[in-house]
Amino acid sequence: MVRARAGISMSTGLSLDAASLPGQSLPWLQDFRADARVQYVAEGLPTVRSEEWRYTSLASLQKKTFTAVAPAASNQVADYHSQQLLADTWRIVLVNGQVDQRLSMLEGLPEGVRVMSMAAALVEHEALIHRYLGHAMAAIKHGFIALNSAGFSDGVVVHVPAGTVLDKPIHCVHSVSHAELMVNTRSLLIIEENASLQWLESYGGIDAEYLSVAITEVFLAENAKLIAYKQQTESSHAYHFAGMYCKQAPYSCFTQHHFALGGVLARSETHTELATAAECELNGLYLGAGRQHLDHHTQITHAQPHSISREYYKGVLNERSRGVFQGRIIVEQQAQKTSSMMANRNLLLSEHAEADSKPQLEIYADDVKCSHGVTVGQLDEKSVFYLQSRGLDEASARNILIFAFANEMVEKISHRPLHAALLTAVLTRFPKLAIQPVVG
Amino acid sequence: MLSIKNLTVNINEKVILNGINLEVNAGEIHAIMGPNGSGKSTLSHVLSGKPGYQITGGTIQYKGKNLVDMAPEIRAREGVFLAFQYPVEIPGVSNVYLLKAALNAVRKHQGLDEVDAMDFLSLVKAKIKTLDMDEKFLYRAVNEGFSGGEKKRNEILQMAILEPALCILDETDSGLDIDALKVVAEGINALRSSERAFIMVTHYQRLLDYIKPDYVHVLAHGQIVKSGGADLALALEKEGYGWLEQGQVSA
Repeated sequence: MVRARAGISMSTGLSLDAASLPGQSLPWLQDFRADARVQYVAEGLPTVRSEEWRYTSLASLQKKTFTAVAPAASNQVADYHSQQLLADTWRIVLVNGQVDQRLSMLEGLPEGVRVMSMAAALVEHEALIHRYLGHAMAAIKHGFIALNSAGFSDGVVVHVPAGTVLDKPIHCVHSVSHAELMVNTRSLLIIEENASLQWLESYGGIDAEYLSVAITEVFLAENAKLIAYKQQTESSHAYHFAGMYCKQAPYSCFTQHHFALGGVLARSETHTELATAAECELNGLYLGAGRQHLDHHTQITHAQPHSISREYYKGVLNERSRGVFQGRIIVEQQAQKTSSMMANRNLLLSEHAEADSKPQLEIYADDVKCSHGVTVGQLDEKSVFYLQSRGLDEASARNILIFAFANEMVEKISHRPLHAALLTAVLTRFPKLAIQPVVG
Repeated sequence: MLSIKNLTVNINEKVILNGINLEVNAGEIHAIMGPNGSGKSTLSHVLSGKPGYQITGGTIQYKGKNLVDMAPEIRAREGVFLAFQYPVEIPGVSNVYLLKAALNAVRKHQGLDEVDAMDFLSLVKAKIKTLDMDEKFLYRAVNEGFSGGEKKRNEILQMAILEPALCILDETDSGLDIDALKVVAEGINALRSSERAFIMVTHYQRLLDYIKPDYVHVLAHGQIVKSGGADLALALEKEGYGWLEQGQVSA
């Protein structure tokens, strides 16, 4: 077992680990990893001096020590997976950053659809991986991405051939079975012309401190469609970084529903670049309690005309938690007739909770429709009184209003088993709430 | 049923109600009229327990109990219902959910079993029909995106489901066109009974064309300056409230 420090000495850790990483025989991958390692050694983890990280300090993470090589999985992981089983899905499971085929369930996939581990794909489909790896995020390079590129241990590769539609989601379960582990995975979703994929990532692990780093690159060809769900239910002591970086060809459609519930410090990035008439919809809900720090960074680049983006993030922040939303929208000069709407709404339930919200619009075209709005507020006392005046006690009235605020995002989920799981997860965060779903 | 004695109420040290006396018995309809700023809405808010008012003197007895000491939800469960002048929009909470939660809160308080889903739906559907509302309102968020008239109808629907003993209607006629006014008035009239009392707070006599009050009280400067029968409302409609300012108050 190799000890590696997350922080300044991480460079040593990465070079020590390199021999155990997949794709050792591929010179291009060796170069790819070496470049990332050089960048990481030079820059380290991002700091608040960077505008994109100004609300999220990684100082506490810098001091931590993590183990980069996983011991065997424990029974706790099996327990975790049994809780994650969702009806009406295919399933691929990563335990401590390695695909575990025994826990996965991929029977009955449409012909030609490939769902495999990154390690296997590097052996069996090297050309495909070479063509795509690192290409969805060429312009975005911070320490976490470098760390991931240099040291990813595995991941999932999905390839949906042209015209193929998956009628139920593939559930990608990430789990961590041991304390002080750093897991680091890289995944690719390649969706060809007129194909359609539903992809659900869930993150969790034992009730301990660990670091989970996961990057997913998405390539949507013309008229392709992706609905991505992210269920972040990491341990309350865990550090989490996950990024989804997406390239959208003309007429493609990308929807993401993101639920950030766990982790002590979690950062999520979703970046996408839209070609002509492409569409994206990014929805997010973050529920903070204790001292949780939940950061969401989104970047939508309208690169070509007639593209559409819709973004809606909501946060409920209790106790000493902090929620961060940075939404950047770039409309390039040739991206005329862009339509873009962004909103971020925050509910603060404690005087010690904090919401930082920063919409950034950079518009270089002159014929566009763009709007954005941010609110940070408390529960509406008029609404509390209204419910009381109908016979509900004050605590129930408040809980119903908080739940209703959050539930708007849950109600967007049409996959019924996932909807039920998310509803349970959200209700668990409001333990005093003895209520049923309210808007049907 | 309701006995208000020498009630004085402040908002932020400012006297709003200055010695209100009012007796309301079961089966009666009382109209409280008066110009803007006379304290009409304050009276209805204080009766329903809205926070932000300081009761500086007097008593409010409801069915022999001290109403002032009750939390708003206890008043509701004891049968006091306020139909809001400005019903609140509550996104994410469906109408049908609120109706059921409210009815069960009231029933539980009265020692009754909670209604089951089927009985509840047939009850609601029957009531909603009498108010000329579409059933789809049940599944929409409470008052969200409702027109002014729809909001007021929704208040009356809640009242019809909860069957309160004391109904306080705060400017229920405001913002209603004549057709909506008729529907709302019919809904209220359908609830009239010898067991139930109404306090209708209104600026205009319009609503009283459709719901005939037993008593009319004129509120000015935080006091009831004149009381009478339904005729008093007609006189007010003719003369306006100007005479109050000229000190021509006579009992």
